[in-house]
Amino acid sequence: MSDVTALHPGDTGLSVATGRTEALTGIAAGLAWLLAAVAAAAFDDLGDWLETQNYAIGVGVFGLSFIVLGLTGRWFPRGAAWVTRAGPWLIALGLVLTLWQLAAAKLGWLPQPFFPPPQGILEVYTFEYEELASHFLASFRLLAVGFVIGTIAGFLVGVSIGWSHKAGYWVHPVLRFIGPLPATSLLPIVFFAFPSSWSASIFLIALAAGFPVAVLTWSGVANVNTAYYDVARTLGVKPLGLIFKVAIPAALPNVFIGLFMALGAAFSALMVAELVGVKAGIGFYIQWSQGWASYANVYAALILLALLCSGSITLLFRIRDRLLSWQKGLVKW
Amino acid sequence: MVAVELRPEQPAASAGASLDIENVSHAFDLDGSVLRVLDSVSLNVEPGEFVALLGPSGCGKSTLLRLIAGLEPPRAGQLRENGQPITGPHPSRVVVFQDPTLFPWRTVWNNVALGPEAQGSLKQQRERVDATIDLVGLSQFAKAYPHQLSGGMAQRVALARALVNDPEILILDEPLGKLDSLTRLTMQSEIVSLWRSKGFTSILVTHDVEEALFLATRVVIFSERPARIKADFRVDLPYPRHRGDPRLAELRRESLALLGLAASW
Ligand SMILES: Nc1ncnc2c1ncn2[C@@H]1O[C@H](COP(=O)(O)OP(=O)(O)OP(=O)(O)O)[C@@H](O)[C@H]1O
Ligand SMILES: [Mg+2]
Repeated sequence: MSDVTALHPGDTGLSVATGRTEALTGIAAGLAWLLAAVAAAAFDDLGDWLETQNYAIGVGVFGLSFIVLGLTGRWFPRGAAWVTRAGPWLIALGLVLTLWQLAAAKLGWLPQPFFPPPQGILEVYTFEYEELASHFLASFRLLAVGFVIGTIAGFLVGVSIGWSHKAGYWVHPVLRFIGPLPATSLLPIVFFAFPSSWSASIFLIALAAGFPVAVLTWSGVANVNTAYYDVARTLGVKPLGLIFKVAIPAALPNVFIGLFMALGAAFSALMVAELVGVKAGIGFYIQWSQGWASYANVYAALILLALLCSGSITLLFRIRDRLLSWQKGLVKW
Repeated sequence: MVAVELRPEQPAASAGASLDIENVSHAFDLDGSVLRVLDSVSLNVEPGEFVALLGPSGCGKSTLLRLIAGLEPPRAGQLRENGQPITGPHPSRVVVFQDPTLFPWRTVWNNVALGPEAQGSLKQQRERVDATIDLVGLSQFAKAYPHQLSGGMAQRVALARALVNDPEILILDEPLGKLDSLTRLTMQSEIVSLWRSKGFTSILVTHDVEEALFLATRVVIFSERPARIKADFRVDLPYPRHRGDPRLAELRRESLALLGLAASW
């Protein structure tokens, strides 16, 4: 073996080869982004956008840093590895930014104000970040509070009707009757039944999130293999222990399916609650901006909303991966 | 230290409990009809005895074990441990079920630790848990999850999970059925030496006549469902037994005849 290595200095040859791929990917990604910068800076805008220059500088800086990361892999291997992995996406994004720039701001192919160029959206963030942030926080609070209350309530209901026949007798029919009702159909009642539109919105979101969690927790608890209970009982586990050490962990995979469905339902309820009720939040901001035909604001808010939704889903996946690490073959998000 | 604690040199003669099964009958409701499973079974087991139960598949052996464990009350008759009526499960009677039924969300270590955990004595018993896992040869897998184990390994974990509780009656429902023949022989010897050192009472269901004769002091043979006791005899051979013992071969032929398999021998 050592002879072969001596004849073919494979180690260095390999690292040169990978070093070259990293450098080439970095340069290609950098050039694509520099192209986007040139497209923004080199021609005059057709419209009246204030951030074109800053946008061009920003995109250019990104392009340069991709090139630097690709070339300095020897000293910063993690940065280079990232550029290599993200390379194809970065190149595609750079080209899309270039095309978008030309089509929206320079050649007039895209009708304005419906499809603003990237600097139009950047402008929203730089000029209205305070307002956007306050709406974002409003949405986040509504979602977090409603989702947490709803899922905790749904979980407790699910466990109790899955466990106790008496609880099942009383709660199950109610759940079957009210649960499938779209939470938003209760709008007219909810907003005068609750003291504030905020608490009413929380109720709507909690209701939307609670139902799937309750149903899936319930079916999870009810379908636990009875052999688990037999084993636990012969080992001296008491009834309360049977709930916490057997029923709940066994039902947890089901509970998480319920939580993912609950998150989707909570997003929809959030939008409705914001539009009809609290008159604040990203959903409200989008509607309001559309009324003023400020489509750049709509896009800017949509991007924030996507970040909020995707971020919550990612967080939920992280929690699930930790709690259910004992399962095999988990889907990675 | 701990290994010694698990296997004291002197037999602890009084560690086992007596078990009295008196006129126990049981039945299940199956689609409106009644399926009779046990028919006036009576059996008195002395403390420290090792009783093997043999019988045709589906005759009601596992059902009888469930009644002994206290998981279900019998339809008729009574069961007593040390003279006290059995009304529910108790950790002095642990069961190793036909399926290992490990909790998939617990590691091997935590599966074995469940008994002490439920008794609230896990803090003092950590070393004992380690030692028991070591005893079944799985210390390397203490942190593994059940889905990472083979069938035989899972069955060994189930055995460890029962043994760690230091039971007075160990109830074994074909615990070695899924093991390869080599592991099976090793585990048989392990069970015998554990039983001899700890002195617990053992009730073993098995399909394997040789296994019953190699392990037990007494063999009980059941009829077809509804199970009735067809034969009940002692195996008074000293331990350690040798599989080639001619007396064992003779008992084997008699047992097979009682099970209705004389022709095939
Ligand atoms: N919960 C139940 N409900 C209805 N019938 C049952 C139930 N449990 C067991 N039975 C029936 O009782 C009979 C005896 O079952 P049991 O499990 O005790 O048999 P076994 O002797 O252990 O058989 P094997 O050796 O195959 O394990 C079977 O016919 C089975 O169908
Ligand atoms: Mg059985």
